[in-house]
Amino acid sequence: MALSKEQIAQRIAQELKDGYYVNLGIGIPTLVANYVPEGIEVVLQSENGMLGMGPFPEKGQADADMINAGKQTVTVLPGGSFFDSSASFAMIRGGHVDLTVLGAFEVTDKGDIASWKIPGKMVKGMGGAMDLVASAKNIVVAMQHCSKDGESKLLKECTLPLTGVACVKKIVSDLAVLEVTDDGFLLLERAPGVSVEDIRKVTAGRLIVNGEIPEMKF
Amino acid sequence: MNKVVKNASEALYGIRDGMTLMVGGFGLSGLPENTIAALASSEVKGLTCISNNAGVDDFGLGYLLKNRQIKKMISSYVGENAEFERQLLNGELEVELIPQGTLAERCRAGGAGIPAFFVPAGYGTEVADGKEVRVFNGKPHLLEHALVADFAIVKAWKGDTHGNLIYRHTANNFNQAMAMAGKITIAEVEELVPAGELDPNQIHTPGIFVQRIFQGKDYEKRIERLTER
Repeated sequence: MALSKEQIAQRIAQELKDGYYVNLGIGIPTLVANYVPEGIEVVLQSENGMLGMGPFPEKGQADADMINAGKQTVTVLPGGSFFDSSASFAMIRGGHVDLTVLGAFEVTDKGDIASWKIPGKMVKGMGGAMDLVASAKNIVVAMQHCSKDGESKLLKECTLPLTGVACVKKIVSDLAVLEVTDDGFLLLERAPGVSVEDIRKVTAGRLIVNGEIPEMKF
Repeated sequence: MNKVVKNASEALYGIRDGMTLMVGGFGLSGLPENTIAALASSEVKGLTCISNNAGVDDFGLGYLLKNRQIKKMISSYVGENAEFERQLLNGELEVELIPQGTLAERCRAGGAGIPAFFVPAGYGTEVADGKEVRVFNGKPHLLEHALVADFAIVKAWKGDTHGNLIYRHTANNFNQAMAMAGKITIAEVEELVPAGELDPNQIHTPGIFVQRIFQGKDYEKRIERLTER
């Protein structure tokens, strides 16, 4: 069975380590905050200018001056701080953020990513994604393995305009966990009930399967 | 020293067609609401606006887009502004999309007298078109140039008559860097106090960067995506 968005977030949360400063992108990545494992403390960075981002506010407590990068109202946790956009991207560009999780339209077996524009149809803009992918030490992509029409989104070459080149380290899709290596996508884990053959069929980029591939554990 | 002006219309004295403006804010947070409203009811047009976003259809810079007062936007995120996306896809509006951190740093550099600098963001993408590439520490970087504006328009929480500014929570965002990069910087504040009342330890934008300041009124402080537990 393919993973739900929540399960993708839950699996990515297993990548978190105590003391990490983490930037979560819009969409599925935002959900990762709900699954931080017991006993681990991470500090969430929101690139519009906050460290120590907390959960959504209680009903009636929302503050227009306290939003995340997805423009949602949020709260700040004890020990948090606010700063301007230039300082925020100094943290990102300077390599101070330990882990970046973001979504993608397409990724390649070389770690290229496309996530910001569908020519002639949709232009959202890159926001902070190009800065993040160019500088983050560790980038995990949360995405669906296939498009709605069943076309693979894990490719040899991106068909859409790039956000960054050779930057993605790991992918958690609804079907698999894969690591980007010099030789292509190394299959690490399968979604429960999904076979290696199922994954092979919908992975257009080079796929490396070494021995038995375990199922993801939650 | 008198930097205090009566209101937004007075603050905009000298603004002309075709000028370049920086406008602070991220989404709808930290927007100079009063000054944008005054611009929208003015005749000024052909503007180039440097702003992370362009508001939503009926708030923030969305007003000016709808009025066709903007010739060109320099932004990082179009987001959910349907009119912006429509004008962009139809080629009715010139748009330069820039990575967000590069945009912030180009504004800061403009105010700091740094004409250009190298960053890795955008290498290998269409953002790199026509830009000089140099390798530092084994990694390719793009040459990016500073941005300056005829007017920078920012919003702060508190300000004093010397132009010192304090922002609140995440409403700082682009305001601090843009305040540095205006030939004339207009600051609108929720609370304007006499010089000496703000704690000098807490100032985000020192008054040297601000030429005109006024107390705004009727702040709507609209929320784009209300999310609660």
